[in-house]
Order: sequence, then C-alpha cells, then structure tokens
Amino acid sequence: MSRTYTIIADHREGTLRQVTLEALQAAQIASLEGDRITAIIMGTQLESLAEELAAYPLSDIHLIEHDSLQHYNAEAYLSALFGVFDTVRPDAVFIGHTAVGRDLAPAIAARLHAGQMSDVTSIERSGAKIMFTRPLHAGKAFEKKVFADFPWVVTVRPNNIPAAQASGGQQAQVVRTTYSPTPSLRSVVKDVVLKTSGKVDLTEAKIVVSGGRGVKSADGFKPLEELAEVLNGAVGASRGACDAGYCDYALQIGQTGKVVTPEIYIACGISGAIQHLAGMSQSRIIIAINKDPEAPIIKTADYSIVGDLFQVVPLLTQEFRNVLK
Amino acid sequence: MKVYVILKQTFDTEEKIVIANGRVLEEGVKFIINPYDEYAVEKAIRIREQSGGQVVVISVGPKRSSESLRTALAMGADEAVLISDDRVSQDEYVVSSVLAAYFADKTYDLILGGHFSIDNGAGQVAVRLAELLQIPHVSSVIKLELPGGNANVTRDAEGDLEVLQVSLPALFTAQQGLNEPRYPSLPGIMKAKKKPFQQLTLDDLTIAAEALEPKTSQIELFLPPAREAGQILQGELPEQAAKLVELLRTQSKVI
Repeated sequence: MSRTYTIIADHREGTLRQVTLEALQAAQIASLEGDRITAIIMGTQLESLAEELAAYPLSDIHLIEHDSLQHYNAEAYLSALFGVFDTVRPDAVFIGHTAVGRDLAPAIAARLHAGQMSDVTSIERSGAKIMFTRPLHAGKAFEKKVFADFPWVVTVRPNNIPAAQASGGQQAQVVRTTYSPTPSLRSVVKDVVLKTSGKVDLTEAKIVVSGGRGVKSADGFKPLEELAEVLNGAVGASRGACDAGYCDYALQIGQTGKVVTPEIYIACGISGAIQHLAGMSQSRIIIAINKDPEAPIIKTADYSIVGDLFQVVPLLTQEFRNVLK
Repeated sequence: MKVYVILKQTFDTEEKIVIANGRVLEEGVKFIINPYDEYAVEKAIRIREQSGGQVVVISVGPKRSSESLRTALAMGADEAVLISDDRVSQDEYVVSSVLAAYFADKTYDLILGGHFSIDNGAGQVAVRLAELLQIPHVSSVIKLELPGGNANVTRDAEGDLEVLQVSLPALFTAQQGLNEPRYPSLPGIMKAKKKPFQQLTLDDLTIAAEALEPKTSQIELFLPPAREAGQILQGELPEQAAKLVELLRTQSKVI
C-alpha cells in the first residue's frame, strides 16, 4: 500500500533551515518505492523557498501563504495545516525539533490520534519495520523505538541525519492553497522580538563556542563571540554562566537547556558538570580550555589546553583567522 | 483563579544512567520535580498569592511520584492528585489521554506544565493535553501575566521572543527564566502533610480502552559509546593554539 510522507518545512529569515532537508532525508529513509513525499511550507513570501525546495525529490510542495502566518502561532498554523491535510492525507509527518516543530508536532499528533517520536537522531528501515533512535536523559542514554501503526509524527533533531541531496531531475509540482483564517482565534501574536537575526542557530551550528563560570562576566563572552564569528559558529553557555547572569538562558546547553551536536564544541571555562556534559558530549570533536587540569571536561575532551581562557581564546581566534582567510 | 499544574518526577540532573536487563536502574537514584515543571509550580503559587484561587498539582506516574507532589504541596500548592496505575504506559498518547480523562469533568482557568521533561525529553504531553481539551496553548513561556481574563505570555523561540495574548482557559508550558522556584519552608513541609492528596487509578476515570493502547514501543535501550581518551596539549600557549588548529585540520579534518 502506497504511503504519503509529509515534511513541514522550517525556515528562518527567508531561507530553508538545514533541518528541513534532514527531515526530508528521514522521510526518504522511511519511504519505499511508490510512496509519495510531499512538503508543506507556511508563512509569507514563500516563492523563493518553494523554488529552493523544488530541486529536491518531492512529489509536490504545498504553499500556504497568508499574512496571519508570518509569525508562528500554534492555532493559526494548525488550522492552516489541517486544511491542506484534507487533500494531502499524510500517513506520516516529519518536522524539525525546533521552536516551531516541537510546539506544532504534538498538537498534530493529538489531532491525528497518532503516536509521535520526538528529537529523533537516526532512522533505519528494515523490511516493514521503521526504527527510530532518540536520546533519553538528554543523551546519557538512547532508545530505539517503533510505531504500533500509521499515522505517526516525528521531530528530527538538527545536525544528526544527513541532509537530502537535490535530485536534479524533474521539479516537484508546487500547489498553492488559499487559507482563510478563522475569526475565532483564541491566541493572537502581539509582538515578535528578533534577537537572533543574522546569527547562526545554536542547535544547527557546525561549531559551538561555549562559556562557563570561568568567563566571569557578560563582557567575558566577547572573546568567545569573536572566535565564534571567525568560525561562523554559535555561542553557547553552561548553566553556571546563565545562573550567574552572564548570558541569556536561550544559550544554555545541558540537560536543562539545549542539546547540541556540532562538528566542533569548544568549552571555555566550563568545568563539565554531568548536567552540562549531557548536552554536548555527542559533539564530534570536543575542545576544552580550562585553567584546572583536573576539571571533568578535560576527561571528555578530544583536545585540551590548560590555561586562562582570556589568553587562549584570542590566540585561537588569531590562528583560525590566519588559516581560514 | 483555578490553576492546575501537571508535573512529572524525574531523575536528578546529576545522576548517571545505568542500564541493566533492558531498563534504566532506579535504585539509589535521587528524584526531583522535573525542573521545568518546578517553574510551573512556582508560577501557579505566585498567581494564587497575587489574586487568590487554588493550585492543584497532578501527576501521572509511579507511586514514588507522590514525594514530588508532596514537595509541591510544601512549596505552597493546595491539593495534589496522583494517578498511578500499572496499566498506563509511558507513551505520550496514553499519558495525555489519561490526563484528558481526569480533566473531562473539571473546570479550570489555567493548566501549567514544563516545556519538556529532562528524562524522556519528548515535550509532548502538555501540548497534546491542550489539544484534547480543545484549549489554546503556548509552549516555552518565560513571562506570564494575567490582566482581566486574558493571558499575556512571552514565548522563547530559540532565542527570539514571541509575545501572545491568549484567552482563558489555556495551557502554558514553562521555560527556564520564568522565575526562580522557592525552596519548601519547614512550616510549608509540616502543612503539606495535612493538605488533600488524592490517589487515583484508571478505575476512577472514564477512559476508552483504545486510549490506553500505546502508539510507540521501545525495542532497544543503550548507552552512548564512551569517548576515547583525549590529548592535553603541551608547550607555551601560542604554540598550543597553533598546534590545536593544525590538529583540527590534519587529524580531525573538521576545519
């Protein structure tokens, strides 16, 4: 029996997020010959996003364009989405485990009376069986799970499943859907404060430069920001640094906070409490910069420099600048 | 204002995970209120302190969860409800269905929960519950004010902020930064012992059999591979910095 796998595209500042292509790859792994993979994009000014996505192996792309969808609002997005679901009839839905996806997916699952797996890091198919791997205790353990039946919903953790490749073949068909918002919305977006504009998203960053209590102050993050900028990476923080008020909780990495899996994680002045390690120990390469040679982070790191971060970080920034220019 | 807080008991963040016979060992583990749920408990108590009403904390989980509910009572919640039954699986579809069955005959202004639990980390139950109860929800809330029958909430969207106005009743999940939860006081702990504490099983709820059938099942549980021992660089700091960049280029090939 032919199935329909639907990905919901996540985009930011007018471009597709990488995780959208990772979700597409997940859908490709799950699907069999003869299955359909469709995409849905919601928001405003979607033309260029649709063009971008049309290069990938999709049977069709549904655009739901409306001013009321410019900013994420669960109620509006759900009502727009289920309008399209009437025609798409998805057996499975894939979406990134992002600010939008983690909020939207459980609501979709509830409305479809479906099971959901959140924050999936890998997917395999063996015969009829589709298996999903996901972290428990923020990555201190992992579980492999299967669904009892269709339909189902999956959120994909950024930076784990390889991105789908453009097909170069036939372009996907773009279907425009009109959406009339219901006047009876109980939640209204009043304001959006963009604090991350132009910055690399922490969960999708290939390189993360992270600061702990050793950074000592909000100003102490400046050298870390410079290093991150040279590396086109993002800045993160330990709980200690956030609790001390050096930075925003949005930067916190750990069992409370975000889990990141970049190519390179540079921990500056972070001792490496278990709760922090849970949030970053699946990074490919871990670098520790710490004054204390006994700090637990040094036992987890691939490379460590024992020294004052305020000396080491600017030296690294200079070295990378020389190499990358 | 009647505020319900859905709460889960979790492993302390400092606990290591040990797996034996296909399950995570709980022996000797320290349990806490899931940290995100703790912000929700604190918020609920502050709302009652400001404008009166009642705070009920509710958990679906094993018997040991009653300790965390007691802690919430000691913080200042008025009543606790524990739904504990071996027939309830951990599957989020099932847990949210059980909660929805509990809420079916209740009236409430607000339901608060945590953004996600730090053990399972799925972040599904609260949002699913809002859908099942057909009330609006906003997740990952760092600010919540309640002027005249509405809620003004600020949501953390991966560092960006979204400000929404939502009519009540509604469900919100708490994100870090919402508040600083209080510690239970000694008088609070004493008072908690006398507060109403309801213990329920499925027999006390009206719930369809299919709502108890899990939609997902675990087939394997494992620890991540241990990381190989790393290298502590030597020499003067400028040399070490140069060496590190070279290693990243030649050995790890990531730059």
